[in-house]
Amino acid sequence: MRPRNAAKPKDGLSNSNLLFLIATVIFVLMYGFAILRYPGSFLQFQTFFDLFSLNAPLIIITLGISIVMIGGGIDISVGAVTGLVTMCCAVLLESRMGSIGGAVLLALSIGIAFGLLQGYLISYLEIQPFIITLAGMFLANGLLTTIHKDPLNVTLPPFVSLRDFEIVIPWLGTNNRLGNFIPLEIKPGAVVVWVLVGLLVVLMKWSRFGRNLYAVGGNSQSALMLGINVRRTKLYSYLLCGLLSGIAGFVYIMTTGAGNVGNAAGFEMKAIAAAIIGGTMLTGGVGNLFGSPVGSLTLLTINELIRAAGVNSNFQAIVSGLLLYIFIVLQSVVVWLRVRGKFSLALPSWLRSGKKEVENQG
Amino acid sequence: MVRAKAHGSHLFLPLSVLALLIVINLIKGADYFSITVINGALYGNIPNILFGASELVILAIGMTLVTASSRGQDISVGVAGAITSAVFVQVLQNSGDITWLTIAASFLVSCVVGIGIGAFNGSLVSIFRVQPMVATLILFTAGRSIAFMIDGKLSPVLANNLTSQIGGVMPGVPIQTPIILTVVFIVLVAVFLKTTNLKLYSESVGINEKAARLNGIDPAKIKFLTYMILGVCSAVAGFIAVTKAGRHDSVNLLKFVEMDAILAVAIGGNALSGGKFSISGSIIGAYTIEVLNRTFLRLEVGTETIKAFKAVFIIILMVVASPVVREYATKALRRIRSGANSGTMPKTGAPDAAAVSGPEAVAKKEV
Repeated sequence: MRPRNAAKPKDGLSNSNLLFLIATVIFVLMYGFAILRYPGSFLQFQTFFDLFSLNAPLIIITLGISIVMIGGGIDISVGAVTGLVTMCCAVLLESRMGSIGGAVLLALSIGIAFGLLQGYLISYLEIQPFIITLAGMFLANGLLTTIHKDPLNVTLPPFVSLRDFEIVIPWLGTNNRLGNFIPLEIKPGAVVVWVLVGLLVVLMKWSRFGRNLYAVGGNSQSALMLGINVRRTKLYSYLLCGLLSGIAGFVYIMTTGAGNVGNAAGFEMKAIAAAIIGGTMLTGGVGNLFGSPVGSLTLLTINELIRAAGVNSNFQAIVSGLLLYIFIVLQSVVVWLRVRGKFSLALPSWLRSGKKEVENQG
Repeated sequence: MVRAKAHGSHLFLPLSVLALLIVINLIKGADYFSITVINGALYGNIPNILFGASELVILAIGMTLVTASSRGQDISVGVAGAITSAVFVQVLQNSGDITWLTIAASFLVSCVVGIGIGAFNGSLVSIFRVQPMVATLILFTAGRSIAFMIDGKLSPVLANNLTSQIGGVMPGVPIQTPIILTVVFIVLVAVFLKTTNLKLYSESVGINEKAARLNGIDPAKIKFLTYMILGVCSAVAGFIAVTKAGRHDSVNLLKFVEMDAILAVAIGGNALSGGKFSISGSIIGAYTIEVLNRTFLRLEVGTETIKAFKAVFIIILMVVASPVVREYATKALRRIRSGANSGTMPKTGAPDAAAVSGPEAVAKKEV
């Protein structure tokens, strides 16, 4: 994985890839520490894949917010939109004409509607993204409580079977304490995450929209002079983010099976933190979408570690904050050193040869 | 003269919104301005608004300074207020009997903590050059847990006469004390900004950091200073909030106030991308938000729907104030006026449109 990311047609690493590399190394180190400290739980494949299964919505939201941040914007409505989608889907599924297909359509259309509204206001009317998405957050929260205030458990039989459906991979299981073999089980949400990561990385790396978005985020004025339609690119980035929040909402209700006012509350800040740890910068133009899942997994692993250590749950937030602090300072120091030209990552020879191969292919 | 005009147009939007809201309230019931005297203190809609918005106003003042100098917003103000007020309560309860002196001493300690929090955020922003929202995200994540730990895992109650006088009414004074404290704070800030160069310096740092540096202003120092001032603001806001509530609830104290404070700055006509600012605009913006909230309550909108209405209101307001719409309006106005008397060229609105979001404004002209 590393050589492929280190490989770029020009020599040296771009800031995006450097920050991503730091995030990956720290994640691997931390997971290694977790395995050493608690071999019983962290060595199981189930624990690792549960990180994806149980936190799929957060990872999907992080992808969306990373895209917006690469374009130089910010979207803090994502968590609230996700919560709204879960509640709307629950209400629809509980009503008489509920069906899974209808719920998926509803989730996607709510996401697209929010993305379109916010994207239009931000890109074409040039309103500050923070304020508009803050209003979007209020709107989604208000609509959520207006539609239904109490927790709503979905009992539609096809949906319940979908909720309980798990993909079983027999060859990756582990033996439990009694010696019985338990095969690995993955929720469909995790598969959605992997598919989305693959699609979006391709989109951001090799499509015209993706390259345009990096240009717009780096410097919107020069992007404009290069003939890029800055406004449309920005609109599309918010649209994509809204769509991803819609998907995240459906995955959320697919995992928990209930609509609740507190669903996905506070996810926006968690997602921003995860995106930053993953190497996306709020200034725009810098970021690697592989970093977003890595960033969220880093945050989640820390939480799992603290839970495994069995200390006060307040430490979770404090340690997350500390981790964020370390990352932010590290990123800023590395970028500063790079600007000064004092920092260069000397790649070992086997990495360099791999790079040349890719170069020849390209 | 031109300067005064530009300044006036800055305040035009928040003031007209405020006027609109008051008109709506008057249509709902003509007794909007009525004030009653209960136990020697004034109560009614206006005192309630001034009372309810006091923390928000104080935070909006600090937020304006930070926004102007560092081109970003601090999202940890509510959390900072929760931490400082937790320190205040702990120091006060450990200092034996509660007198005015111990309250003042505890307040000073909490202010020092606030300055420390400001220095933490400020060092990240000014020395490590982190974007303000990211830098303050750290405390936003960890802060409530820190406040909870300072509290010692309970929510301590401030059950005594003196602090409830600070959060309520003092004997013999007809106005609630938080209102007086807010006015005192505003006056202090106004005097501070009049007597020092801080306004000019932070504006120049926000408009162009490199140019400010070439002119002998240290941008890092100015940013650091504004964050420390915001730290003091959050300490004062936390003090008022905890004395109002009478107990320290680390989870709910000053919850979501950071969003309202940023909103107040924006409604006040300040660009969130830094540069020129008007504190009076932010103060009016903060009161506008409080009036808005109370208007919805008065119109008997259900509590669960209030947020949606608020969002729609904000969106309409921001669309009206957006540079594109404003430019259309200015052009239309100019056409009308040149039709009426083709001699004067009105200049209102133009400085604002240029001040909002530099690159986008240029981009717009290119299109």
